[in-house]
Amino acid sequence: MTNWKRRDLLDLQSLDKEEIELILETAKSFRQVSTRDVKKVPALRGKTVALLFYEASTRTRVSFELAAKRLSADVINISSTSSSSTKGESILDTALNLEAMNVDMIVVRHYSSGVPNILSQHLKAGVINAGDGCREHPTQALLDIFTVKEKLGSVAGRNITIVGDILHSRVARSNIWGFKKLGANVTVCGPSTLMPRCVKDFGVEVSYDLEASMKKSDCVIVLRLQKERQQDSFLPSLREYAKLFGLSQTKLDKASKDLLIMHPGPTNRGVEIGADVADGSQSVILEQVTNGLAIRMAVLYLLLGTKE
Amino acid sequence: MTPQGKILDQENIRRAMMRIAHEIVEKNKGVDSLCLVGIRTRGAILAERLSECIKTIEGKPVSVGILDITLYRDDLSLVAQQPVVHETLIDFDISGKKIVLVDDVLYTGRTIRAALDALIDLGRPATIQLAVLIDRGHRELPIRADYVGKNIPTAADENVKVILTEIDKTEDEVVVKKVGV
Repeated sequence: MTNWKRRDLLDLQSLDKEEIELILETAKSFRQVSTRDVKKVPALRGKTVALLFYEASTRTRVSFELAAKRLSADVINISSTSSSSTKGESILDTALNLEAMNVDMIVVRHYSSGVPNILSQHLKAGVINAGDGCREHPTQALLDIFTVKEKLGSVAGRNITIVGDILHSRVARSNIWGFKKLGANVTVCGPSTLMPRCVKDFGVEVSYDLEASMKKSDCVIVLRLQKERQQDSFLPSLREYAKLFGLSQTKLDKASKDLLIMHPGPTNRGVEIGADVADGSQSVILEQVTNGLAIRMAVLYLLLGTKE
Repeated sequence: MTPQGKILDQENIRRAMMRIAHEIVEKNKGVDSLCLVGIRTRGAILAERLSECIKTIEGKPVSVGILDITLYRDDLSLVAQQPVVHETLIDFDISGKKIVLVDDVLYTGRTIRAALDALIDLGRPATIQLAVLIDRGHRELPIRADYVGKNIPTAADENVKVILTEIDKTEDEVVVKKVGV
């Protein structure tokens, strides 16, 4: 197995196949820790992890916090609304101050693309990207790949469709990089107004017909329609979006019974996914959440073990 | 100086395992609530073999589990790179059981310390005993084995290698070598 040499996890674009596979393999071993009565191992005792979230989050933040705590690291939580950033302090200054208190790892979510990269250039502490702007959300893609591998037995050669707002989605970008590196075929599907201009340069197929794409797929990843990023009238109406690109039970009935349905959460029920689909037998949305914890434990374990 | 080269051959190892199996059964007065837990990787194989031996003696199988102690090591902050984590595979409740921990070589005792902590996080066994194929001395912690295949006095610059056919794909043997020779 490959050796882990990184201190930061900024994106999947720069990771190679072996590194992704090492994370997946490590996560498999970590899953059982959370199923025991004593949900804690001493591996990261004495380490400090800071969660620096400049955007709202439930799943990712709780998942990182639990992952760090179950590895016995100490965790501090900083959100933009309750920190000195409201007084105008830059995120780099905030991070440097955290480092001055010997924080070992900074997990950062920010509305601007590239913030984790800038932090990593200035910090000795490790940096994990927990979602930056429209660029990447590496741990989400890792848990998606992990879930596909667990459910379907393999990733290479599988057909994955990502449907929704590809233009604004960091989850889509990370998933494209990750799945492509492991040899899967990726199709992106959505309204043309929400499709990045040069999306084909990613090496993906583009579709504007969800039902047709579903028929050819092993797994559909439904993206949340980011209502907060729709001010520029990309869509005539939510109703039209739901009708054309929402994964309803009617559309699902026409596809294979083995088609796997995933969603990174939070879901807008009745918009991009029908409530009956989200709760149905083909949905693995909650398993994704369980796997996410194991992935984040694996990432923290691997990154915090690497010395300069 | 310790004799170098092959210390035990396949037959020696087989007999040592059989003797340890007899000792385990004798000391525990049978196999009721007895379980074997092997420490990855070679301890797991030896535990499997001990369970076979015990089955031929008592006619009853004993449960075998595999323990991965990586996350409990006390040197994680010292090593340059994180060791690979594997799964712990213990599919029975260890609470109230008589556990025999199995490993290939007992040296500083630090692995066993980690294994004890890992086990106790999984439940509260009635007793934990320790069986090893080789005890090579140089303990750094107050730990001793209940069952020993062979005591080999070694120097710190020597390396004891237990070769088992299940993983090493060659005939079983125990070899002592000067490090770097």
